[in-house]
Amino acid sequence: MSSSMLFNVTTFTYLISMLAFFAFLASKNKSIGLAGSFIAYAGLIIQTVAIGLRWKESYALGVGHAPMSNLYESIVFFSWTIVLLFAYIDIRYKYRIIGAFVMPFALLGMAWAQMGMNTGIEPLVPALQSNWLLYHVITCFLGYAAFAVACGISIMYLIKTAAESSSTSAPAGGLMSMFPPLKVLDDLNYRAIMIGFPLLTLGIITGAAWANYAWGTYWSWDPKETWSLIVWFVYAAFLHARITKGWVGKRAAWLSVIGFIATLFCYLGVNLFLSGLHSYGSGG
Amino acid sequence: MATKERSFFTSVWDFFCSLKLTLSLLISLALTSIIGTILPQGALPPEYIAQISATKLQIYSKLGFFDMYHSWWFIALLYVFSMNLISCSIKRLPHVFKFISEPSLVLGEGMRNSAQLKKELSFSGSIEKGKDRLVEFLGKEFSTPVITEHNGEYHLFAQKTAWCRLGVYVVHLSILIIFIGAIIGSLFGYKGFVSIVEGSSVNAFERHNGGQMPLGFEVLCEKFNVDFYANGSPKEFRSVLTVLENGKPVPGHSQVKVIVNQPMTYKGITFYQSSYGQASEGGEHYITVTPRNGGATEKFTVREGFAVTLKDGTTFKLLEATQEVRQFAPGFSGPAARIEVTRKGAAPQTFISFKNFPDVNAQRGDALIFGYEGTNARMYTGLQVAKDPGVWVVWLGCTLMVIGIGVAFFMSHKRIWVVVSKGHAHIYGNASKNQAGFQIQFEEISEKFQHLKI
Ligand code: HEM
Repeated sequence: MSSSMLFNVTTFTYLISMLAFFAFLASKNKSIGLAGSFIAYAGLIIQTVAIGLRWKESYALGVGHAPMSNLYESIVFFSWTIVLLFAYIDIRYKYRIIGAFVMPFALLGMAWAQMGMNTGIEPLVPALQSNWLLYHVITCFLGYAAFAVACGISIMYLIKTAAESSSTSAPAGGLMSMFPPLKVLDDLNYRAIMIGFPLLTLGIITGAAWANYAWGTYWSWDPKETWSLIVWFVYAAFLHARITKGWVGKRAAWLSVIGFIATLFCYLGVNLFLSGLHSYGSGG
Repeated sequence: MATKERSFFTSVWDFFCSLKLTLSLLISLALTSIIGTILPQGALPPEYIAQISATKLQIYSKLGFFDMYHSWWFIALLYVFSMNLISCSIKRLPHVFKFISEPSLVLGEGMRNSAQLKKELSFSGSIEKGKDRLVEFLGKEFSTPVITEHNGEYHLFAQKTAWCRLGVYVVHLSILIIFIGAIIGSLFGYKGFVSIVEGSSVNAFERHNGGQMPLGFEVLCEKFNVDFYANGSPKEFRSVLTVLENGKPVPGHSQVKVIVNQPMTYKGITFYQSSYGQASEGGEHYITVTPRNGGATEKFTVREGFAVTLKDGTTFKLLEATQEVRQFAPGFSGPAARIEVTRKGAAPQTFISFKNFPDVNAQRGDALIFGYEGTNARMYTGLQVAKDPGVWVVWLGCTLMVIGIGVAFFMSHKRIWVVVSKGHAHIYGNASKNQAGFQIQFEEISEKFQHLKI
């Protein structure tokens, strides 16, 4: 059993889970929804094993390192954190249907990684040989995943308000009745960002600490650093707008979507379009 | 006049305290920061200058876009940002302190009616007995209450973690502390670069913003090595450094191994492994030439870029040499040289000659076999040099920020009031954050409250 095979199984499992959630949306059949969740959890477990296996395989190749060192590995980890956070929200808040809007992110990540990228295990260049890599990547990606979940929830919010304002009649009808109430979606959006913001903050700080340790400058305005700060500013604006001016509802949802677009640019756009110190750019 | 002046200052003050300003600043900082990630910063590459129009170049440099994070307007934004933080804290902190130190011990009519969490208990005992029993109850289930008599009723007030309302201000203060750390670093710190040839020492380095700067001691590079992975990418580059004071090794700073991600610090100055190369000066390379039909091998000592003419009129030139060829010629390793050979009357030929693969050298079907025997050139190690006395202030700020965010987001100021009147009592609850979580706790407490026998 190799890790790459298990990653393929994971991708397939996430696909099935997503389809189950779509069927759940369409049919309102509770057991299909439950199946969607359990398939997602199964995928999460398989992926966890696969990541562990890849870690082990890297030692067998004599280049042992945590599987978080290039674009492929980071996307796989990103998908993993998204499903992990979905599981948390599903279990804690019991709004399963969110899976229909969160699992696509995880699937997209896995599918892109498995089909479009060099999946080989590469040795770590000297700059990445540090425990800080682990702390930095884990905190950043948990933060990104929380923002992805918040974005999925915000999209649900926007769809639901649009549907409710267009059909002036009963808000009870159709698909929309499957969605959690607007107030709940708004609150979950806020909660997800409350998880993501501290993690992003930690991610930026561990990155700065590492940079300082490795080359003596904690901040050099490298495009990746700057974009992480931009993302941080956007979510700081979200938090302030919300507590102090009551920017709830639609505007908060939009801000959350914009924040996630900035996050994606920070993660992928910077490597694809701009140049800098970070290493993930070469993995494609 | 006086009122006019006053109102002017009030409106300036209000402007600096306002959250509208905070939001505008956060968005402005986010948007303007993008410029510096798109345009090149610092020394402009010539290709960039060639492709951009002269007017654009001029406008951009006038606006400081090529060093935008140090431009006057970006720094000004950060100043206003700090002013905003300071003034809003000055405005709000006293209220928060007051809120913590002088809590509303008596729950007014309005708050009683609007309270979301409340429960009622009827009892037959006296009001005094009820009060005593409920004080004991609150003390056991939540925290010790303060008792106030008001209009013939007893108001019991108990609270938990009131101080967590300060978390937000810790976050804001932490940002200012990080700024202070950065300013200290830019005033009293410096950054630079030095390269040291193996076996030699330096006592100064090149500052990034120009000029040599003395170290105040000497750094000797005892040895330098590079290891490679099987695929040719570098695995580790390693300098062995010794600090010398008055020409003598400093105990504890001699033979220190410095690799990427493992710097050496002496007297507040830190040396970071960053690059390496072959010292060009003084490097001589050894090249052997053997006639294929079995003549004597001749050995030549040449420098890079120099040509040698052999007896038969053939000239050869050492174009370049490397001590590790992996990244240029996958599958090979070790030292190698690129050699250009010109037979008399023929066109020049270029090829690589390997030290560790003489068979490969021989396979080149030519009358002369060129071998490479290595060099006496030494390696140099490239080290970043940095001193930043503000960095600890920055870490202090970061630590406070993480703690502050944790407190502001995940802790909540919980308050419970019990109002005891004759024959019945009411319990009310309120939390500053995470109402849902508090509701569960409140429900547990009020459940027991309703079953009290007094
Ligand atoms: C980017 C930097 C900033 C960060 C990370 C930050 C962080 C925070 C956080 C975490 C909260 C609490 C959020 C909550 O309760 O959910 C908060 C509240 C607040 N912030 Fe900031 N803040 C920043 C900048 C500013 C600035 C420049 C001002 C200046 C006016 C400001 C004014 C406030 C105010 C007035 C509150 C509400 C305090 C209260 O509820 O009593 N913040 N901030």
